[in-house]
Amino acid sequence: MNTAIEVRQVHKHFGALHALNNIDLEISTGEFFALLGPNGAGKTTLINIIAGLTLASSGSVRVMGHDVIAEYREARRMLGVVPQELVFDPFFTVRETLVFQSGYFGIKKNNRWIDEIIHHLDLSDKADTNMRSLSGGMKRRVLVAQALVHKPPVIILDEPTAGVDVELRQSLWRFIKQLNHNGHTIVLTTHYLEEAEALCNRVAMLKNGSIIVLDNVRNLISNIAGYRIRLQLSPDTIPVALQPLTISHDQGYYVLAIEEYFQLENVMAVLRSTQTQVLELQILQPDLEEVFVKIMHGAENLEFVSV
Amino acid sequence: MNGFLTLLYKELLRFWKVGFQTLFAPILSTLLYLLIFSHVLEEQARVSPSVTYTVFLIPGLVMMAMLQNAFANSSSSLIQSTVSGNHIFMLLSPLSYQEIFTAYVLASVVRGLIVGLGIYVVAVVFFEPPLYSLAWIIAFALMGTALLGALGIIAGIWAEKFEHLAALQNFAILPLTFLSGVFYTISSLPSFWRGLSYLNPFFYMVDGFRYGFFHSSDVSPYLSLGILMVCFLAVSWWTLRMLKAGYKIRK
Ligand SMILES: Nc1ncnc2c1ncn2[C@@H]1O[C@H](COP(=O)(O)OP(=O)(O)OP(=O)(O)O)[C@@H](O)[C@H]1O
Ligand SMILES: [Mg+2]
Repeated sequence: MNTAIEVRQVHKHFGALHALNNIDLEISTGEFFALLGPNGAGKTTLINIIAGLTLASSGSVRVMGHDVIAEYREARRMLGVVPQELVFDPFFTVRETLVFQSGYFGIKKNNRWIDEIIHHLDLSDKADTNMRSLSGGMKRRVLVAQALVHKPPVIILDEPTAGVDVELRQSLWRFIKQLNHNGHTIVLTTHYLEEAEALCNRVAMLKNGSIIVLDNVRNLISNIAGYRIRLQLSPDTIPVALQPLTISHDQGYYVLAIEEYFQLENVMAVLRSTQTQVLELQILQPDLEEVFVKIMHGAENLEFVSV
Repeated sequence: MNGFLTLLYKELLRFWKVGFQTLFAPILSTLLYLLIFSHVLEEQARVSPSVTYTVFLIPGLVMMAMLQNAFANSSSSLIQSTVSGNHIFMLLSPLSYQEIFTAYVLASVVRGLIVGLGIYVVAVVFFEPPLYSLAWIIAFALMGTALLGALGIIAGIWAEKFEHLAALQNFAILPLTFLSGVFYTISSLPSFWRGLSYLNPFFYMVDGFRYGFFHSSDVSPYLSLGILMVCFLAVSWWTLRMLKAGYKIRK
């Protein structure tokens, strides 16, 4: 497999702020990759450096093997970026915007592809509307369309679903999944972790400018999240021995955290020995959000710091 | 169309779509200057036996309007897009910094020339100024607008707010054009002020441009053109360096 994006020892300083700290990252062609992290972690800064919109303080970046500074023309042809900010040129209509963007890439007759993108992003009604008169969510769709006009093999989406309604969110992801299926490499950031979990193979989590976790989504969930069990007991009291595992007690349900399945046996043994009856038992599936919260809170004492 | 032509076309369309503001308004206001000055000063002043003050004024005012509009075009286009953030679409494309530079300068030149031509056509109808050499006229028109177009790029990138740009226009571009001999021949100035005028590049633009009409000038048009070329090369080199380094726009 080839490397779509290669980030080597990238640092970025904004004055005294160390916004990116020694980022090393390799994303293969065909991957569906998520860049996660709290506000201000450095996701957009990293994306801007990959796109050549921001210059790194040190380090190097390649897109499909082309250095983003030395071979910027080739690198930019390979890359489509959906920016986080809702920017637009108020002088033009949706179609004009897309035609100009194609033109910048030297593509002459692009109308068929432009029509297709307009259709997929549900912009057909608005194609001849001035950008100024679009709603926020529609402007976001145009940004997605603009990133795709030159059919880039690598597509980066910086919070593409912020402010976008449910219906479009689904059709957008269908479209992006289709692109990924056709071989495009996709990198996205989002604060909706269930989106990342459903779509992505691998994630990197950033905090304060460092990558603190870089792994396969499945591995992360099974290695880090642990499990939750939900119990309804009679009588409605938890034995003292189980109190350390208890996370919550709400409307007659206790939620306990366990690391591995075998601990379930211990829990049952304690309940039996205290003659507590189990009225109901559920094992809750762990998700990426739990992993995220756990990692972001425990980042300081994480022993498996990045790969 | 290739990327460069697309950007050029877009920059032309940008001022063309709002032509009332960007073309018609400056033409009209310059013609008003001409009308008022000629009315007030026609009787008192005669630059030479054959040249009335109004006729003398025409090339200077045409040049002044061309320079101001060339500067305004690239600088306002750039600051509008950097302030609104939509310049990133250009930066994300494979356009080279030389292509970006050339497209912005050319768009400035075209707007300057349209404004200049508009004023000139009306002036010809009413005041019949002489015309000595079209070649010199065109050479200085191109040189002046290109130089100001390039300066506009620097200003548009440097300025972070519209006020910065307005300040530059009011405290640098406007006085330099006013003091370049648009309204007088510098041979009529006291020697200190004349010496100072020689340091003003705008003086050479106006003086050389006027030579194309009257076949007379304060300094040789060859010298003026040479000085302007050196200025243009220096400013272009600086602008290209800024663009290449991503000064302010790729921070
Ligand atoms: N141009 C800039 N000048 C100074 N500081 C900046 C600049 N751009 C970003 N920063 C700082 O760098 C840090 C990382 O910002 P960045 O925008 O990359 O975060 P992010 O992970 O994208 O956050 P969010 O989820 O809110 O989009 C922040 O502390 C931010 O304030
Ligand atoms: Mg961001």
